Amino acid sequence: MQKITRENLIEKASELLANGTVSCVLGWGKGEFGYDVTPTIFKTAEDMKNGFVFNDFCGANFSKYLVSKTQKIDGKILVFLKPCDTYSFNQLLTEHRFDREKVYAVGIPCEGMADVSKVKEIAGDGITSVDSEGNAIIVSTLYSDEPVKVNTADVLAERCINCKSKKHVAYDELLGEEGETLESARFDEVARLEAMTPDERFAFWQNELSKCIRCNACRDACPACTCEKCVFDNPASGVENKSPANSFEEKMFHIIRAFHVAGRCTDCGECSRVCPQNIPLHLLNRKFIKDINEFYGEYQAGAEVGSRAPLVNYTTEDLEPGEVFDRRDENA
Amino acid sequence: MRKISLDKLQSLFAKIAENAKLYMPVDNADGSASYGEWSEGTAWSDALNTAKSPKDLFFPQTEDLMRFKTEGKNIECIDIRSEVEDFVVFGVRACDAKSFDILDRVFLSEPRDSFYAMKREKGVIISVACTRPAETCFCSAFGINAAEPTGDVSAWKTADALYLQANTEKGSKLLDSLGDILEDTSDAEVAAQKENIAKIMDKLPLKDVSTDAFGGGKTKELFDDPAWDELSSACLGCGTCTFVCPTCQCYDIKDFNTGNGVIRYRCWDSCMYSEFTRMAHGNNRLTQKERFRQRFMHKLVYYPENNDGLFSCVGCGRCVAKCPISMNIVKVMKKIGGNKGE
Amino acid sequence: MNNINDTLIPTVGVITDVRIDTPDIKTFRVVTPDGKKAFDHRPGQCAMLSIPGVGEAMFSITSSPTNTEYMEFSIKKCGCVTEWLHQAEVGQQITIRGPYGNPFPVDDVFAGKNLLFIAGGVGLAPLRSVINYCRHYRDRYGDIDIVYGSRSKADLLDYQEIIEEWSNDAGVNVHLTIDNAQPEWDGHVGFVPNYVKELGFDTNKTAVLCGPPIMIKFTLEGLIALGFDKTQVYTTLELRMKCGVGKCGRCNVGAKYVCKDGPVFRCDELEELPSEY
Repeated sequence: MQKITRENLIEKASELLANGTVSCVLGWGKGEFGYDVTPTIFKTAEDMKNGFVFNDFCGANFSKYLVSKTQKIDGKILVFLKPCDTYSFNQLLTEHRFDREKVYAVGIPCEGMADVSKVKEIAGDGITSVDSEGNAIIVSTLYSDEPVKVNTADVLAERCINCKSKKHVAYDELLGEEGETLESARFDEVARLEAMTPDERFAFWQNELSKCIRCNACRDACPACTCEKCVFDNPASGVENKSPANSFEEKMFHIIRAFHVAGRCTDCGECSRVCPQNIPLHLLNRKFIKDINEFYGEYQAGAEVGSRAPLVNYTTEDLEPGEVFDRRDENA
Repeated sequence: MRKISLDKLQSLFAKIAENAKLYMPVDNADGSASYGEWSEGTAWSDALNTAKSPKDLFFPQTEDLMRFKTEGKNIECIDIRSEVEDFVVFGVRACDAKSFDILDRVFLSEPRDSFYAMKREKGVIISVACTRPAETCFCSAFGINAAEPTGDVSAWKTADALYLQANTEKGSKLLDSLGDILEDTSDAEVAAQKENIAKIMDKLPLKDVSTDAFGGGKTKELFDDPAWDELSSACLGCGTCTFVCPTCQCYDIKDFNTGNGVIRYRCWDSCMYSEFTRMAHGNNRLTQKERFRQRFMHKLVYYPENNDGLFSCVGCGRCVAKCPISMNIVKVMKKIGGNKGE
Repeated sequence: MNNINDTLIPTVGVITDVRIDTPDIKTFRVVTPDGKKAFDHRPGQCAMLSIPGVGEAMFSITSSPTNTEYMEFSIKKCGCVTEWLHQAEVGQQITIRGPYGNPFPVDDVFAGKNLLFIAGGVGLAPLRSVINYCRHYRDRYGDIDIVYGSRSKADLLDYQEIIEEWSNDAGVNVHLTIDNAQPEWDGHVGFVPNYVKELGFDTNKTAVLCGPPIMIKFTLEGLIALGFDKTQVYTTLELRMKCGVGKCGRCNVGAKYVCKDGPVFRCDELEELPSEY
């Protein structure tokens, strides 16, 4: 269960709408089954009472929406940001992607968000409603007479199991207490892949990336992918494709994208969350983050506005390319 | 009606695979399912839906159309089509089985699309009635009965047996070719199963989704509905809904230079994509709202207008389950339909 | 599999003549490698031309169906395929498939009528086919008026043919205009929609409009002001196309596919379509 409730957030938003601080609210809109929330713009407190939800399924990172939404509104937009969202928020500000003055950011605590596919594994399919109760989610389904109680800890999204920070690095106002950055095990899976032989690793990614249907959801949800015209949408680029012409190309899309967001990716995990084929895309980005940490010293994109990523910031202490090769041989 | 006990399923599959490639839903390591080719030992997945629909087997996401060889100013156009071998698709759900009626009206109308037509001619569809519909299912909104799936052969799975009934000549031929592996039985044995399915269907949360506000001739009424703004507001413009959809059939034709000639291929395309309608001198759908509206107007108004009222959605629920922002045709129908109904 | 036709599989065509019409429009003559016309068509229909590896695009067939020897395409340079074509020399092979779309109703609706053709810029390309068809069967039609305008004299397509052939036909009146005055031009100066209003046509005509969307919009308004009914006016639409046969979905507007149900539409039919063309 989240420490903050839907009612707390509606109350805060109503206050800010009423006193004119903000003209609208970017929040989670009610779905059909409780877990299927939609990012929604609310204009009034009444709208929020009717359609706003906040529960264990509000994982979507709203930062990227600020790029388009701030251009369309008069006044300020209220956005609720979980700790991990604030890193994307800062990174977008670093890249001058939206006007900070048009946003009123309310930091909200997060106890980790649930992954509905994990809920289904335990409670079964046919979910008709989900309710939070203590550290559990009460799931009603078509196929069980009694609601099923699922421990929230057992159904956390991957990115929440490996939460890197409960600390908000940006906000105008914080609800709840200031959190801390966490020691997470988020690089363990990367280390496991690094320990593979090149052939094993190739087979792993071959298998995963061959599932890709080139729906571009990873790119479209990614807060680091804010190019107005993606090279993969540009017919003049020569690489514009909806689907691969051969098996080499489908890998290239993800690898090129991973390179493009390297040093800018905050590890928010949206890419893997939205992938309809369950490809663990975040592992590509985490590999870059791990390497950057090891080669250039610890760096967290979005930790502060205006920081220069190690990949674009030369110092005399920088690693020599030869050392990277040596390390590769060690890994092999 | 014929039957085979569930413990003999593998021998049924082996028998079918003697004469044809056999595809069926198989479980993936990540908990999802997808259509794969059966080989000895492959288990048929219990999953309700595959991630991608069986559309892929008839209208593949990427398909080579022809090759060109160029030399100086000369071009040679090479027809690379070859005979399609017999194949069987087993385990198709009622919604997906119906999707072929919708695709047929596009690809088999004149001028016929030979690439699709050749596969439809050779492919035999064995549908299976649903036993565990999901909350995302709404096939009944489009007049589909999950207990009476169409296809060349319909099948029902009970606790101990699989029942099969041929619906077409192709289907009869297939069942006859299986010899005495199937035993004859009466229709009565699946009656209880059908009743059971009907009971579940009646409990589905989306069972009341209504098509009343939609259909041919409604363009004027629905196109300028103010709700499109709000509905499309969070749309990412990705192609997830399109690519998991069993009825979406838009495609692109592209050339790929292999370094040793050119392959012209087609691939699925999405009206949700910003470049879908872009021309050298402009784009007639500039915002995501227009692209979003096109997808739903096409399924709910334009397609039925051209196809005797048949909607271009089968209620399989894949888009409902997969949309990254949980915006989908159900929410569109409830909102727009609600506006009109009240 | 050569015994099964598929419209997506093209045939080879050869460019046998390239005429430079304007600074950015060239007219290409195309036949099959054995010197024949690739296929028959009706006025207003289109064909898909492609250069393997570059792309495929839809073009209106500029020549009249009454020309039994070859087809012509007047093509403005504005994208990859057209840029490539503009560099092509005589003898270059391309691919061609078609014909696609719904033609002008030259044999029924137009028969016996006075005709008013109004074109702007490269918009004359699709009209040249129907104009020459009507000139060929001159006795089937009443008076023919042609209003054609472009940016400058050099931008007028088919200028030689207009001056030397069309203007000399009995019962054919050609009205040319250019956007801005220039020394070597002693004709009318001004935009097409205004010129149409100035000319003030009688409404006993069937009108055919083709040109940039903004020109079509204002000219249509002008014709309505002159008393024309939308059912008397035809035009053509242009949208992105890939298949040409109403399957790939790209040119879908409302319940219509421009490649199959168009490109020729009667203006009152357009009113039934949502406004996204």
